[in-house]
Amino acid sequence: MHPAPSVIIFTTLSGLGFGLLFFLGLGVPDVSGWVAFVFFLIAYALSVGGLMASTFHLGHPERAWKAFTQWRSSWLSREGWCAVIALIVMGLYALGVVFAGQRWSALGLLGAAFSLATVFTTSMIYTQLKTIPRWNMALTPAMFLSFSLAGGALLAGQTTVSIILLVVAATIQALYWWRGDTALARSGTDIGTATGLGSRGDVRAFEPPHTGTNYLLREFVHVVGRKHAEKLRIISFVLAFMAPVLFLLLPFSHAFAAVAVLSHIAGVATSRWLFFAQAEHVVGLYYGKR
Amino acid sequence: MTQLPQSTDRKMGLVIDLDTCVGCHACVISCKGWNTENYGAPLSDQDAYGADPSGTFLNRVHSYEVQPAGGHAQLIHFPKSCLHCEDAPCVTVCPTGASYKRVEDGIVLVNESDCIGCGLCAWSCPYGARELDAAEGVMKKCTLCVDRIYNENLPEVDRVPSCVRTCPAGARHFGDLGDPNSDVSKLVAEREGMDLMHEMGTKPVNKYLPPRPKDQIEEQIDILAPLLAPVAEEPKGFLGWLDKALEKL
Repeated sequence: MHPAPSVIIFTTLSGLGFGLLFFLGLGVPDVSGWVAFVFFLIAYALSVGGLMASTFHLGHPERAWKAFTQWRSSWLSREGWCAVIALIVMGLYALGVVFAGQRWSALGLLGAAFSLATVFTTSMIYTQLKTIPRWNMALTPAMFLSFSLAGGALLAGQTTVSIILLVVAATIQALYWWRGDTALARSGTDIGTATGLGSRGDVRAFEPPHTGTNYLLREFVHVVGRKHAEKLRIISFVLAFMAPVLFLLLPFSHAFAAVAVLSHIAGVATSRWLFFAQAEHVVGLYYGKR
Repeated sequence: MTQLPQSTDRKMGLVIDLDTCVGCHACVISCKGWNTENYGAPLSDQDAYGADPSGTFLNRVHSYEVQPAGGHAQLIHFPKSCLHCEDAPCVTVCPTGASYKRVEDGIVLVNESDCIGCGLCAWSCPYGARELDAAEGVMKKCTLCVDRIYNENLPEVDRVPSCVRTCPAGARHFGDLGDPNSDVSKLVAEREGMDLMHEMGTKPVNKYLPPRPKDQIEEQIDILAPLLAPVAEEPKGFLGWLDKALEKL
């Protein structure tokens, strides 16, 4: 799949933002007034900024409001609803915490639930696609949720919880890569089933439909950078999990915490780049690519 | 509404004969010609006369080589367009309701004024049947020439999809695959028509007729063969010298 920057920015930042909103909704850290204002500002900047970035890849962003109509069948529509509900509920909760000195905990819990639901619905947009076996796994939502919670805990300044959640996320990431690498082969889809000719012998793509490229090849048959995938996995793993855990184990300082957060964001973004760039869409089989 | 209908009154679709297709791409051209100036936004081209041309097509013809375990390889031309699936994933993923499957004839269409160009329907299609038009920013797909097949302004012979009307080899057939007595259904039954990527569970309406087995070229001993043995002998004289000289070079 083509790793579009808008979608990588969106899933990375809004995952972190909604993760932080989840913890704020639970009342962690227990802050109020201007300190709380800064926490909420960071959470909203990340989540809303990410959502705005996601509209950049649309052909007609001015019609994006129509995406709220099909929540009965479409995960993308459900994501839109969850995000808007989470942001409104958490906005009301934030008003109480920042300006009224009140913690309306029922509202916070509701907002926290919708914040996680937003991340889950985002992950289901990818997970539902049978056409991309690497995404069509239960590990995909597990990965998105664990990343969001680990990043949220990190931003919320929860040292112990962060370390635990980072280790959990790292484990899920490793499992995702391990299972993902064989997902296409295990799906049973190959050029033989794609053409229906597999029972007759070895099928080879002899000639593509056009000499030039097309939308399908640009969008679904991204192979650039695959050769560096192993190195990028190591870089991503070190930045997203190992370095932050190390910095959190050191005696606490705000500088170390900031480095841990930045390292984590860079690592998650790299992981998301790989999430798209390494995903094999079965349409590539028709072009003899895979 | 992007929920799929429980069932459709008819299942209009194509039957493509891989035995007959000669790979001339006439269906590709006629499809682009008809659909760029009729239903919905035109099918744009980018850099059409430049170094890196590309464009939107609703129908593309691939060619595959099949090498059986024994015998000769076979070249199979393979036209591919929307299969108007009964369980079309492109419809249910659409967030705006722009993608829909018609109850009356099962045709899968895009309402372009509702399409936001998110591309998710193309992501969900295993067949590469949908292409986002780079100029319009909306999703384009085969309409089964919905503006031809019911068009009473056209002579009756033309009320079939443009690709079917154009095919010079008669490799494309159009009809109701939901009616077991239709010509296309009989053809599918007789020739053991198949689904593409059956395991995806999309239940395509369009069927492909597999190529017939090729005639076997048997090893024959021709009784006249000894008389046809080459008569050329070792060259002598100047030609002999030239042959040797060239060998040594």
